[in-house]
Amino acid sequence: MCGIAGIIYRNGNGAHRVGADMTRMLQSMKHRGPDSTGYALYRRPSTDLIMRIKLADGEANGDIEYADRLRHRRREVESRLRAAGARIDSIEDINDYTIAAALDYHGELKHLADYVESVPGAEVLSAGSALEIIKDLGDAQTVGTSYKLDGYIGTHGIGHVRMATESDVDISNAHPYWAYPFSDVAVVHNGQLTNYHQWRRRLERMGHRFASDCDSEIIAVYLAQKMSDGASLEDAMRMSLEDLDGVFTYICVSDDALGMAKDELAAKPLVLYEGDDMVVLASEEIAIRAVIDREIETYDPYESEVMVWTR
Amino acid sequence: MDTVTPPARFDPRGLVELDERVPGTAEIDGDRASFDARDLTTRQINLELRRLVYDLGVHDITVMNPGAKHSLGVGILARCKITFQGSLGYFACGLIDGPEIHITGRVGWSACENMMSGVCEIDGNAGSLTAAALRGGDVVVRGRVGARTGIDQKGGTVIILGDVGSMTGFMMQRGRQIICGNAGHGLGDSMYDGVLYVGGKVASLGIDCVPGEWTDADTEFVTRKFGIYGLGDPPELQKFVCGKKLYNYDSLEPSERKMVL
Repeated sequence: MCGIAGIIYRNGNGAHRVGADMTRMLQSMKHRGPDSTGYALYRRPSTDLIMRIKLADGEANGDIEYADRLRHRRREVESRLRAAGARIDSIEDINDYTIAAALDYHGELKHLADYVESVPGAEVLSAGSALEIIKDLGDAQTVGTSYKLDGYIGTHGIGHVRMATESDVDISNAHPYWAYPFSDVAVVHNGQLTNYHQWRRRLERMGHRFASDCDSEIIAVYLAQKMSDGASLEDAMRMSLEDLDGVFTYICVSDDALGMAKDELAAKPLVLYEGDDMVVLASEEIAIRAVIDREIETYDPYESEVMVWTR
Repeated sequence: MDTVTPPARFDPRGLVELDERVPGTAEIDGDRASFDARDLTTRQINLELRRLVYDLGVHDITVMNPGAKHSLGVGILARCKITFQGSLGYFACGLIDGPEIHITGRVGWSACENMMSGVCEIDGNAGSLTAAALRGGDVVVRGRVGARTGIDQKGGTVIILGDVGSMTGFMMQRGRQIICGNAGHGLGDSMYDGVLYVGGKVASLGIDCVPGEWTDADTEFVTRKFGIYGLGDPPELQKFVCGKKLYNYDSLEPSERKMVL
């Protein structure tokens, strides 16, 4: 059992408190998954490529070389970004083990991401002109506060609270997943995929990398593959209903759209509110109530449904 | 007044709801009472309902601002009237025996699960697994419902004015469902007994669910139920029952079978 949520504001001036809204929604679903919490937040696209990079995971145990190791990795990441042809406009230290780099880069994103990830311990959490993925252990309040998401202004976002069933509790295995190597696409998932290994082998043969052992990562990489083949987000999602096996409801976002897909058994919940001002969806209505304090009409989508909203 | 504080529990993930005291915030006016649930936890709301129904014998209760919280109004085993002004979350009004409940909003998954008797009227939509393992009483949903409505239903009546999702009436054993809208795939899959009436289109029938023969008793039943809840004239309905092709029961106990063999 995990909890997923998404929000897209329809009056598109891009000045909405998406960070605070997502925290409220995810915190109200804490009972669905207290292990880790993640956000994929979008703001108005910048001219730079924003790359969030994690330098360490589950090793902050205070050993004597930890700080040195992080410093070394950071230096290494910076030099590889430059060597791959990116100009670093700024680097922000989000915390000990996460950095956000604003890059001027016009080459192939896969090349850049792979080169950064060849530094042992480094992982690209997200890359895009509008997308930022924030994920860590603990509930939404903990993650939201430590990453200062309360003041995050943006256009739309998705989030996830995780109750680990298939893989470890750490940052790599937390959702959302960036659709490596496709910029500005991210996925959160509630459910289990039973043909994970089949698809993982298939996608690895096509040259994709997997950062975790979590079955949900398949969805992100699968959609990226289909979209790089020329499919639209909605078409790629429809194809996934045929190709993916198991029980799932997932929410997928790109820089201007947000979509949901539900498996043919309708085994995992999702509640939808479609208003003129915003579209809000979550595993439980209690999360929608956390951001809308009035009586509203909501409903559950049926099995095999795919819906996409643009802002 | 009891002043013993409950012992602290080991709760590293902060999920355990504390042993609450009854809030006692309801305004009581003779046989009627109402309270605002906005700032109360699930436990506090249910304790307050219990105090009103069991301790004070109040028969008409209104709960305001339930805010889609889960497991509200569960396990009420007395005749009374409860109105929820707003929406409820998962497992609403499960395991009830006797009350007449009216919900002005929508409900989440598994509403009225294992209900024994009474009435539950829902003005909005409902999630999946509505009236799962229903034993008796009436569940009326004015909106649409999700998948697997009345799964394992063992009695009672479910009336849905809107559409229903897939696998409605899955493994149903007794009771009736009146569905005015369309039904999803696998209607009445593996049903043992009971009756499904559908007004709209059926996407597909489940295994061993077949059209049934309409009788005067069906007309009487549907008209009576629609009359009780003021739903007007019933639409033209189709009847579906169990085909009994899967009835391969052995009436012998395992020990008896051994003797026969």
